[in-house]
Amino acid sequence: MFLTLALGLLISQTTPDTLTPPPLIPLPVTHVRAYDKPNDDGGAIVVEWELSPMDSLITKYEIFRLEGSPDAEPVSAGFVLRGTTKFEDVGVQNGKPYYYFVRSWLNSEYMDSEITSEPAIASAQWFHRGRLNALIILVFFVGVLLYFLQRAKSGGELYIRRIAGLEAIDDAVGRSTELGRPILFVLGLEPISNIATLAGLAILKRVAYKAAQYGTKLIVPCFDPVVYVAAQEVTKEGYTEAGRPDLYNEGDVFFLSYDQFGYAAGVDGIMVRERPGAVFLQGYFYAESLILAETGNSIGAIQISGTTAVTQLPFFIAATDYTLIGEEMYAASAYLSKDPLSLATIKGEDLVKLIFILLFLLGSILETISLLTGADLHFLTRFFTTY
Amino acid sequence: MSGMDLLFTWIAAGLTLAIFSFLYRDNPFYKFAEHIYVGSAAAYWFIYLWFFDVKPKLIDAWISNTGFERYILIVPAFLSFLMLLRFIPKVAWLSRWAIAFTVGMGAGLGITGAIQGYIVPQVKAGMLPLWTGQWGNSLNYIILVVSTVTTLVYFFFSKEHKGGLGFLAKVGIMFIMIAFGASFGSTIMARISLLIGRLYFLFHDWLHLV
Repeated sequence: MFLTLALGLLISQTTPDTLTPPPLIPLPVTHVRAYDKPNDDGGAIVVEWELSPMDSLITKYEIFRLEGSPDAEPVSAGFVLRGTTKFEDVGVQNGKPYYYFVRSWLNSEYMDSEITSEPAIASAQWFHRGRLNALIILVFFVGVLLYFLQRAKSGGELYIRRIAGLEAIDDAVGRSTELGRPILFVLGLEPISNIATLAGLAILKRVAYKAAQYGTKLIVPCFDPVVYVAAQEVTKEGYTEAGRPDLYNEGDVFFLSYDQFGYAAGVDGIMVRERPGAVFLQGYFYAESLILAETGNSIGAIQISGTTAVTQLPFFIAATDYTLIGEEMYAASAYLSKDPLSLATIKGEDLVKLIFILLFLLGSILETISLLTGADLHFLTRFFTTY
Repeated sequence: MSGMDLLFTWIAAGLTLAIFSFLYRDNPFYKFAEHIYVGSAAAYWFIYLWFFDVKPKLIDAWISNTGFERYILIVPAFLSFLMLLRFIPKVAWLSRWAIAFTVGMGAGLGITGAIQGYIVPQVKAGMLPLWTGQWGNSLNYIILVVSTVTTLVYFFFSKEHKGGLGFLAKVGIMFIMIAFGASFGSTIMARISLLIGRLYFLFHDWLHLV
């Protein structure tokens, strides 16, 4: 018995030493190179390497940065998981040289790669070469617009088809006047830098003009403080152009709230108390769209809505009488003013749309031929690739 | 639950019911809740804009920065000052400069943003092979190409939608309405989850019934 215990003790003490394998030292990554990140505003260096032959066993790769010279004190720039061959160091300053090496970790053991032979210096680039396609499209678009503007100046006829929602504006103002009720105009929740808000302001000017002609009260509760100031200016201009600046009441265009549902609650309150005959919802809307449109519907007002918010358009289509869908809103300014120069911009947009339709069809045909024959005809999709 | 928590739960529940009462008709309870909401939101946003915009981006930035980064702050400060001139009727027109700057900047950024963010990726995504060797995939791609092209035709303003163009525009608006129908359904589901959240607050946090 004693002998068995003693033997067991001996085995338990000797077994671990004889069975524990020596620690596995990882092989380093190779071909480490560092370079300035292209097409950026500086402050970033890209480090690339080839994987360690033991990559499947590697725990992580740690990237070290040496500022100024290869002998400088290394500073850890970050970690990446195994299988990764690239790291973007965003902790660098422009104009300073940096050297790098990569440490391959295998549990607590590690092996360092060689230090990069050439320093990397971060710098900002003025031009993003990957976005050359956007520049070409922009220049082309501007060229087309300038052509149509020139044509408009020389007196060429510019036809724009009928847009039902915009045709209904005058009727809505007229109906409100007949009922002896005010008009309510809501400009949405986005700031003035949003194109939909700008389009809404263009429609507001027309509504103000008509309201002034008919002597009908126009109420404009605003969400954004800057839009509120712009709405005051635009409304005043509409009244002045109609020859009735005396009817303009600054208090009818007011700031309501900068909170989404606080604003919705406020506008709902105005709707049920003032009972406008016409409600215009023109701008960029979010979840409050249906609350506003349904309340407008419940008071029996004629409603003309318009937005570029794709998620809110279905609610407007369901709950309002007329809806300006997306680009119909953008066309509003030119359509309502009938100004040849504004109409020229619509013509230019249409030509660009036509070209894009042809590009879609051509691109699809080329992709089909490429797939069926194996020929490399992907130049159009390559041109439209964003970086 | 502490006494304060209990008090605020009752206030929140009361205000929720007051807002819900609008479903019946406009009434003094709704008016009360609406005015509290609008007033407290104004106060909240005043504090928010001061502590998250004006103070850190203008005052603190002026103190902590030097050189160009400091003096460039004069531009937004000056434009903000112009907006305040609206209170002085004789020079109120100067506020238009600030508005003009914002509108110009928004339009400029909007053009490049739209080209890079929408037009270029959308055109690329629309160039799809019309035959891939599989019926399902091919049909899917054909629908995508046809719907994109016909939708663009619908937004063509230079010609009356008659004849062939009118037919394509009708197909386009049909696709638009199908997309809106799907969007309507999914958004309604999200709204119902908001309603459930509010009802859960009433029945769980307030009444402890669920």
